[in-house]
Amino acid sequence: MSLAVIADREVHVDEEGFLTEYDEWSEELAQTLATNIGVELTDPHWKAIRFLREDFKMQGETPTLRRVTTIGQIPTKDLFQLFPKKPAKKMAYIAGLPKPAGCV
Amino acid sequence: MKRLLVLGAGTAGTMVANKLRRALASDEWTITVVDQDHAHHYQPGYIFVPFGTSTPGENVKPRKKYLSDGVEMVLGEIDLVLPDQNTVRLADARELSYDYLVIATGTSPRPDQTPGMDGEEWHKSVFDFYTLEGATALGEKLRSWDGGRLVVHITEMPIKCPVAPLEFTFLADAFFTDKNIRDRVDITYVTPLDGAFTKPVASQLLGDLLESRHIAVEPDFYIERVDNETKTIVSYDEREIPFDLLVTVPLNMGADFVARSGMGNELNYVPVDNHTFLSPKWDNVFALGDAADLPTSKAGSVAHFAVEVFTDNFLRHIRGEKMTSEFDGHANCFVESGDGKALLIDFNYDVQPLPGKYPVPRFGPLSLLEETRMNHWGKLMFRWIYWNMLLPGRRLPVPTAMSMAGKRDVGTPLPKEKESVK
Repeated sequence: MSLAVIADREVHVDEEGFLTEYDEWSEELAQTLATNIGVELTDPHWKAIRFLREDFKMQGETPTLRRVTTIGQIPTKDLFQLFPKKPAKKMAYIAGLPKPAGCV
Repeated sequence: MKRLLVLGAGTAGTMVANKLRRALASDEWTITVVDQDHAHHYQPGYIFVPFGTSTPGENVKPRKKYLSDGVEMVLGEIDLVLPDQNTVRLADARELSYDYLVIATGTSPRPDQTPGMDGEEWHKSVFDFYTLEGATALGEKLRSWDGGRLVVHITEMPIKCPVAPLEFTFLADAFFTDKNIRDRVDITYVTPLDGAFTKPVASQLLGDLLESRHIAVEPDFYIERVDNETKTIVSYDEREIPFDLLVTVPLNMGADFVARSGMGNELNYVPVDNHTFLSPKWDNVFALGDAADLPTSKAGSVAHFAVEVFTDNFLRHIRGEKMTSEFDGHANCFVESGDGKALLIDFNYDVQPLPGKYPVPRFGPLSLLEETRMNHWGKLMFRWIYWNMLLPGRRLPVPTAMSMAGKRDVGTPLPKEKESVK
């Protein structure tokens, strides 16, 4: 774990740049994180990001893609268009949540 | 009389029933186990069936034989758990009441959940090997197959025994080499993960083993459908991979009654405390083994270590005491790598698989994260241990909690910042 300065704020991140402190995230920060990985945030992006934030608050873990689809009701196909190639990781990165476990 | 009801007489359910039967007075406690059939399968044995080195019969025995005297077995399909009424309803409308419930109904491959997977080509050119039926059908196919594009594919994590698709791939490579047709077989390993395995040190090593065997890896592949006409698998981001022979690990899901009873997550796994297996909603409901939503591997070894912790805790819980033993997520798995060798990995919630010796530090005789013949013999011997020691609930001479003794911390290969996200 280390400190990084993102959007002029000091935040805690893991070795891959995922935020490790839930409360250090802000919507403004998300804009910068998205830019870092080449994603431009639109309303459908925000719907997914907000679902991730809410779900993490309740469940204590980063939701899987399947969960975003079934509980968050955003079709998987759309998620791959919004966050190309690695939607689960990209969403978690922008939402300031731990990297999805990918399970074990 | 109080009743402990165990749903499922697989690895976890059988061990729990046997261990608790010894610990609970038989004039105070009834232990009842429910399962829908009589056959107990040694699932780790399936991996050898496609290659003709294990027969289907070796891996199946009657469930009843492995349940202690004094454990009642009820044969029936579970329709519903009514946790607020402490009752389980069976499909034939029989009702079983309980004081405590253990859900141990495992996880199953569900090819029906991916469009086209169980279509026309199912068991013709599309196979699974996580059922004895699938492994046997695949064995017949492999005997006469003379080469082409073999695609080994994982639908989605979590899957039970997450190393098995790698083992299958290594064994297939050795099998085709043996048959002198390896040059006519093109092998691709297709995974939703970003590498060969989930944990960095093991992922790198296993990835190197794939590369040295000329096996291509297609990472981050999230399947949308199997196209039976063109014989391709298609991902959500529209990548297409053609196959002549597809060996897939279908989506794994917990039992449907878990969903019907409103007790599961989106994959029908039962949320429980990671360390005690107690449901956060019902104080007399536990889930063990693959049926539980735990952030560790779905594997018999996890069920084994979990049951050791659980039985001590359960005895405290029924006395109204705090459950003081904590499960650490301990798992260990043999990874067959072909040519009579295997690797062994040993890890838990916090510590990834590392190199070293097991179970005795510096001595072994098993080697962690290293291909040895001894590990392969360990895997073969384990079948005997499973039937004769594990299921009866005898304590094995290995520690329940994972130990760092004998392991070398080699440091995590660090992915570059943001690279892995792009």
